[in-house]
Formats: sequence, structure tokens, C-alpha cells
Amino acid sequence: MDNLFQLKDKNIVVMGVANDRSIAWGTAKALIEVGANVIFTYRKERSLKKLEKQLANYEDIQPLLIQCDVNSDESIQQAFNEISEKVGTIHGIVHSVAFAHAEDLKNRFVETSREGYAFAQDTSAYSLIAVANAARPFMTEGGSIVTMTYLGAERVLEGYNVMGVAKAALEASVRYLAADVGTDGIRVNAISAGAIKTLAAKGVPSFNTILNKIEESAPLKRNVTLEEVAKMTVVMLSQLSSGITGEVIYVDSGYHILGI
Amino acid sequence: MATVIERVTKVVVDRLGVDESEVKPEASFRDDLGADSLDVVELVMEFEEEFDMQIDDEDAEKIGTVGDAVSFIESKLG
Repeated sequence: MDNLFQLKDKNIVVMGVANDRSIAWGTAKALIEVGANVIFTYRKERSLKKLEKQLANYEDIQPLLIQCDVNSDESIQQAFNEISEKVGTIHGIVHSVAFAHAEDLKNRFVETSREGYAFAQDTSAYSLIAVANAARPFMTEGGSIVTMTYLGAERVLEGYNVMGVAKAALEASVRYLAADVGTDGIRVNAISAGAIKTLAAKGVPSFNTILNKIEESAPLKRNVTLEEVAKMTVVMLSQLSSGITGEVIYVDSGYHILGI
Repeated sequence: MATVIERVTKVVVDRLGVDESEVKPEASFRDDLGADSLDVVELVMEFEEEFDMQIDDEDAEKIGTVGDAVSFIESKLG
């Protein structure tokens, strides 16, 4: 199986582990299983502590943990320079980072603040472009960048509000990035994950309602698991998906195909 | 089967890394047990999983102490 993925000893940067329910963490676990060398970035001390706690269960590996604040170009540049100094070539990136102010999810959408809008865009969409640009010089063997999006980018989901607009920009950025860095052999794709109970999702006021609705109506009549999203992310990082770029891949029990 | 309070205590000890003796009914997650706002959300998620229930935001906001959590969960379990 290792051979099928061809990810053994490949350097994959995983951004956005908040705790053990994070999609980034689920993906990192799956990457470790296929023998990849996972490098983690964290924003604050809080996430570093969570990472250290999680990694305590993996005694035989000592992954690099690098501080990276995606709201700062300087921090991103520094992080990727440091990663490259330590591991050399970067083969893949999991961008699983997004943020919006709670009030911009709770209030009416029409009341979204200028600052809140800009902050959600900066953290959740621009960060992918900045990361791709900082990592590009070190992705000398080509590679794959995978980001996380959600159906709220293209349909209205109550309470997703400003984050839906940010995810729409993220998906468009995936296409423009794919067209641009394709010449360097770098693929860029997004996974549109069904509702998964993560710390981020819990910030969406109607989240429990969404979970129930999917169970009732999605073709598979259930919600997807963290492991299912992680598995597909590994596929998108691996040579199994070598012909795919600029795409949004749905891992959502088929929910997005429904009319009502 | 462990009681609700025992199960809640275990979740709190695991998540917040506090000593079991500190987890008293009157203990506030934020003021006494050092939880930040994300820790509180994480705790609620752990309770949902441990007790196989959904805790809506409005209810979650009312859970400030260990005792609040126990009585809310007991009322939901009936």
C-alpha cells in the first residue's frame, strides 16, 4: 500500500491542528500511517500544547513543530524557510486553517462588519495564496497542496455567513493557483468536507441542526467521519490523484447533489 | 456504570489536565479550572460524545460550573 501512495518519507506540512478532532490531525495520522514525514505548524502556544499531547502517543517519531501565524507574511516566510532548512524539499501541504469572529456568524449576514469580513478572508482564503507562494521555492519536485472548504461556499447555510464568502474566495483561489503553479508541477485542490464535529464547526450556530439534516437526507443517510475526510486528503496528496488539479472534491455522503 | 458526576469528572480531568480533587460541583470551568473559551467548547463536545447527546449553544452557554454540567446532563438523560 505504501507504494500505491508513494508518500513514504515525503515531507508534508500540516497546518491547522487545534485538537484531536481537527481535520488536520486526522489527516496527519493517516499520513503517518503511510510513512510520510509530517511537519506541523501551529499558531499559538495552545495548539502547540495540544500537538505535543497528541504526539505523545507516537513515540517512534519526532515531527518538526513550527510556529506559523497565517495572518503574517513574515511568519509564513520564516516558517517555510525553517522547514526547508530542516527537511529540504517540501512535497505537500495540508492547509486546514480558517477563522471568523463569532459575532459575524451569529448576527444577520447583512450586519457583517468590514473588519470581520476582511479578517475572515485574510485568515481563511488569502492564507492559502501566501502559503503557496512561500512554499513554492521548496517544492522543487512538484507536489500537492490541499485545502479544506465547505458547501457554504456555494449554497446558503444558515449561520455560515461570512465564512461562506471566505470559502467561495478560497475555492476560486484554488482554481487560479492551480492554473498558475501547474507549470511548476504543483497541484492545488480543495476537499469539501461534510459537516464534522470540529472545534471550528462548533462555532457555527446551526451546526447540530445541519448534522441532523444530513443524516436524514444525504444519499448515504449518515454524516461523514474525520477518517473519511483524512483518507481522501491523503489520496489528493498522493500520486493516486496525479492528474487532478484545481478541483473541489466532495467528501460529504453525497449531500451536495441534492436539490432539497 | 459510573454515575454522571464520575463521568463528567473524568472528562474534565482528561481535557483540562486538572487534579480530580479540584473538580467540585461549585468549581467554575473558567475561573477555578483555568479553562479558556475554546476549552469550554471542547468540554461540551466531550460531554456530547460521552453521553451521546446534543447540547445546543443556548444550553451550552448556561454551563459555567461542574455542577451546571452535571445537572444539565442528568435532566437530558431523564
